[in-house]
Amino acid sequence: MKDKKVSFIILDILFIFMMIAPLVGAIILKILTAPLSEGVSVSGAQIYFTIPMPLQDLPITESQVVSLAVIIAITGLCLYLTHGIRAGVKTKRQLLAEWIVEFVDKMVKENMGDYFRGFGPFISGILALSAFSSLSSLLGLYPPTSDINIIAGWSILVFILITYYKMKCGPWHYIKSFGEPVKPLAPLNIISEIATPVSMTFRHYGNVLSGSVISVLLATALQGLSAMVFGKLPGFLGDFGWFRIGIPAVMSLYFDIFSGCLQAYIFAVLTMLYVAGGFPEDEYQRRQFRKMQKKAEKTKAKEEGKALL
Amino acid sequence: MLEIAIGIILGCCALGAGVAMIAGIGPGIGEGNAVAKACEAIGRQPECKGSVTTTMLMGCAVAETTGLYALIIAILLIFVAPNLLVNLLMSVIG
Repeated sequence: MKDKKVSFIILDILFIFMMIAPLVGAIILKILTAPLSEGVSVSGAQIYFTIPMPLQDLPITESQVVSLAVIIAITGLCLYLTHGIRAGVKTKRQLLAEWIVEFVDKMVKENMGDYFRGFGPFISGILALSAFSSLSSLLGLYPPTSDINIIAGWSILVFILITYYKMKCGPWHYIKSFGEPVKPLAPLNIISEIATPVSMTFRHYGNVLSGSVISVLLATALQGLSAMVFGKLPGFLGDFGWFRIGIPAVMSLYFDIFSGCLQAYIFAVLTMLYVAGGFPEDEYQRRQFRKMQKKAEKTKAKEEGKALL
Repeated sequence: MLEIAIGIILGCCALGAGVAMIAGIGPGIGEGNAVAKACEAIGRQPECKGSVTTTMLMGCAVAETTGLYALIIAILLIFVAPNLLVNLLMSVIG
């Protein structure tokens, strides 16, 4: 029994290490490679190195590294929460894991209906990835959600899903759906189809980016203010931005924590609504029903033929 | 002459960014309306507070999109366009 306990604790420590190590690694990488700059500036993600590719070179940027670190950390968190899970026995982490699963399942059921019950893991994956990516800016990392490429990747994934579920009744039905309600509106329908991933990308990315730009502007303003007030003090006392202690944290409460979590929620809800809204459920079920009827008729005919023989 | 050209580029970029952000009026009015109506709804039916708040936040986020388009254009005009245009000018001059 005691042996088992020791191995349990060792695995626990391993999972916690898996949660923390990638983020610490990303922070160390940032500290080692960040360019020495004068004052504060707004710039894109830093490029670590580029891999030569046939069409275009593939740059490995800070946002990719951070988002990979976040993915590994989330995997560690999931493994930690579900480690040693048993029916009937209630531990703190088990209750937390159950609450998360129930929350997402309820949300999926409310927004998408019964046909899409299996979407829970995907939606919770998007939710966790987006929320933790935005929250990674609290650790001083470059938030991957303020890089347009990362969000565009997620939006394209969602767009593929939407198109897949729209094509469930065959490609001809999908093409015909552009001609609704009247045929001349087809170009507008095509534009609005393309606008879906674009607007999803810009909404998420714009919100996070505007938050970080305003934070930088505020930090610059407070630096100037403290230089104005304390500038006459000698040496370090005069140079240090005293007003930059604490005040940006209040803004960060809204821009980093509230806005990041809200955008993650909205991205997940919009994914659910678009996928469930694009799926022609009535038509699909009518077709399935017709198929089953045909099958039943066939088997019936076969059985009758056997009986005649 | 070159200084004047670069000055015109920078000034027009800043001006364009400012003009683009006029679009912020629309989402501001829209979100204000949404929140006002949500407050009314909560006042009438306080037991629906949770679902009304969730729906309102959702609607606000969708209404914000047009403002964010303008914001992205403004950010591009301030941080990306000047470099690009000045480089273009330099390559044209040679």
